[in-house]
Amino acid sequence: MYKILKAGKLAGNIYEMIVEAPRVAKRCLPGQFVIVKADEKGERIPLTICDYDREAGTITIVFQPVGASTEKFSRLQAGDSFRDFVGPLGRPSELCTDDLEEVRKKKILFVAGGVGTAPVYPQVKWLHEHGIAADVIVGAKTKDLVILEKELSEVAGNLYVTTDDGSYGRSGMVTKVIEDLHNEGKTYDLCVSIGPMIMMKFCCLTTKKYNLKTIVSMNPIMVDGTGMCGACRIVVGDEVKFACVDGPEFDGHLIDFDAAMKRQTLYKTEEGRALLKLQEGDTHHGGCGNCGGDK
Amino acid sequence: MANTNVLKKVPVREQDPKVRATNFDEVCLGYNQEEAMEEANRCLHCKNAKCIQGCPVSINIPDFIEEVKQGNIEEAYKIISQSSSLPAICGRVCPQESQCEGKCIRGIKGEPVSIGKLERFAADWARENGVQPPKPEQKNGRKVAVIGSGPAGLTCAGDLAKYGYDVTIFEALHEPGGVLVYGIPEFRLPKLDVVAKEVENVKSLGVKIETNVIVGKSVTIDELMDEEGYEAVFIGSGAGLPMFMGIPGESAKGVFSANEFLTRNNLMKAFREDYDTPIVHGKKVAVVGGGNVAMDAATTALRLGGDVHIVYRRSEAELPARVEEVHHAKEEGIVFNLLTNPKEILVDENDNVRGMVCVRMELGEPDASGRRRPVEIPGSEFELEVDTVIMALGTSPNPLISSTTIGLDTNRRKCIIADETTGQTSKEGVFAGGDAVTGAATVILAMGAGKAAAKGIHDFLSSK
Repeated sequence: MYKILKAGKLAGNIYEMIVEAPRVAKRCLPGQFVIVKADEKGERIPLTICDYDREAGTITIVFQPVGASTEKFSRLQAGDSFRDFVGPLGRPSELCTDDLEEVRKKKILFVAGGVGTAPVYPQVKWLHEHGIAADVIVGAKTKDLVILEKELSEVAGNLYVTTDDGSYGRSGMVTKVIEDLHNEGKTYDLCVSIGPMIMMKFCCLTTKKYNLKTIVSMNPIMVDGTGMCGACRIVVGDEVKFACVDGPEFDGHLIDFDAAMKRQTLYKTEEGRALLKLQEGDTHHGGCGNCGGDK
Repeated sequence: MANTNVLKKVPVREQDPKVRATNFDEVCLGYNQEEAMEEANRCLHCKNAKCIQGCPVSINIPDFIEEVKQGNIEEAYKIISQSSSLPAICGRVCPQESQCEGKCIRGIKGEPVSIGKLERFAADWARENGVQPPKPEQKNGRKVAVIGSGPAGLTCAGDLAKYGYDVTIFEALHEPGGVLVYGIPEFRLPKLDVVAKEVENVKSLGVKIETNVIVGKSVTIDELMDEEGYEAVFIGSGAGLPMFMGIPGESAKGVFSANEFLTRNNLMKAFREDYDTPIVHGKKVAVVGGGNVAMDAATTALRLGGDVHIVYRRSEAELPARVEEVHHAKEEGIVFNLLTNPKEILVDENDNVRGMVCVRMELGEPDASGRRRPVEIPGSEFELEVDTVIMALGTSPNPLISSTTIGLDTNRRKCIIADETTGQTSKEGVFAGGDAVTGAATVILAMGAGKAAAKGIHDFLSSK
């Protein structure tokens, strides 16, 4: 069992938890992920590591309930435990494993969207701790959904916050900020974009115009996370890669996002049904409303 | 019910094919004591018992069968336990026809003694009557790590515990058992009643199991030895990486590796309403491949309500699956498209599988494996209408451990190189066995390797 030491909301329906997992905390690096399972019957859910404390032996995870399993997670409180919590999985961000001198020469731009802001944070923090100030764009739907602004402002070079509805910071999508920065004469050598698949897709289309190499973090459907099931396969260039062992970070300009987004919908009906069952509890009768109930 | 024909095995009771095709309960019901004693009577108790030579863990088969014959089932179980930690599992999934039973003298004229079913009976009887394997007498306090809790790891750990070592198994998944849990379906190997109980028996020998530890990621072998005080390590991490064909459409929605399909169903129990993990219930399913994993995937898809086709490029004679499994699959209504090979997976506008283009094959000259090589018949392409394709083409070892362990040599197939008799690898104190060394093979061969390595580790540490 993996004890939850702290649980709370960062904003809207975005949850943050600090979990006791000493083996993971000892070895993880930014860019890696964990697989979390609430209870015996739960699903294995991959979540990117958002922070870690090696001495305390803890890992911070941030998530937004999208299906029955993450909804289940959100109901857990400090003092409760996850039954299973395994990692660190995947390869660390190349920024943390490449030659530091080479990384120092680069001007780096992070583009974070929504809950994807959370996995961006440890990378920016790691760079900061190694004397590198990266610029960060944080995008959110609206003011109330902007997360980790204070934390990021302490470790980033320039921080640009934008909201889709213009309720806070700049106004518009992250892609608009990328364009604006370009027009303002800012140049970068590398972009790292983490957020919803659709945002990463458009981010890549934008950076391609400026010939700016862009790394994205993919979070496809997974089961074991060790290369065993192949559920997370993604077409990168003309190769099939497993996000769990070859990724989760890839060159975004080589990703077939449309194919990846279609794969993402594979279990949509099943998940919807499961979520409905969880939300409606005992009143659930199969979910469709016209099947006449389970029996 | 007396067996009138001594040349034939006492038939074993099975669930009716029509009924079992709709449930996940065990297919084979096993012998009762009366049937077992009658079958045991067929054993000739050969002085020079060939069956023992055919058993990778050298169970004293004639002696245990003699005890069954006398009705001393507890004694029979104890004799088996001297050599095997997992008899209820082996009695169910070993390919006995090519091992012990393949060597049985009875089998020269007529059918061999049903050794596997007798082993299963003795092990099931012990479980039902609360008999556990005898506990090791003394602990020597020396720590050994075992990586993987599949058949190789469990066997190696059990034997090391019997030698007196303080053994910890590290398991990557959330349940111990490895392929016994994620790969082999419930209806062939019940998880709670059989696998979990045999794992408990290994734990009762003093073996500790730490789940959710991926060696190579959560911790390295070097750290286990240098920082955590393990004097030797056994790698039994299996062959977990699925192979795909590399044909167009393989990344479409509705194409699964057998590993994914079986893991969702077996480990994650997706077939049960009360578990959260989803699975696709294909209506028309093609399973590509002809091994035991292909049979497992096919019979599982059938139970989930599919109309299932096996697509295999060679002929029936070359099917690598056990005869019993092929027989069961056919009985349940699975269609075998033999001498057939997929060329392309067809998709609709949403990237869902809608069909598979196949080509007919014929057998040519024997290839390196000695089997006749399948060759395409030009112009014989046809379309198989399916909504789900499961690729059961074999697996290869996971490089997570070999790539993170300094000085551990692998061959070109990424298999760890280890001495066959001791399990010793190129790295001192590190031993390996099972599919991680051989590539995908059988449960019992992995157990044999785990057993040999336990002896190898014991000899190594005793001389240190």
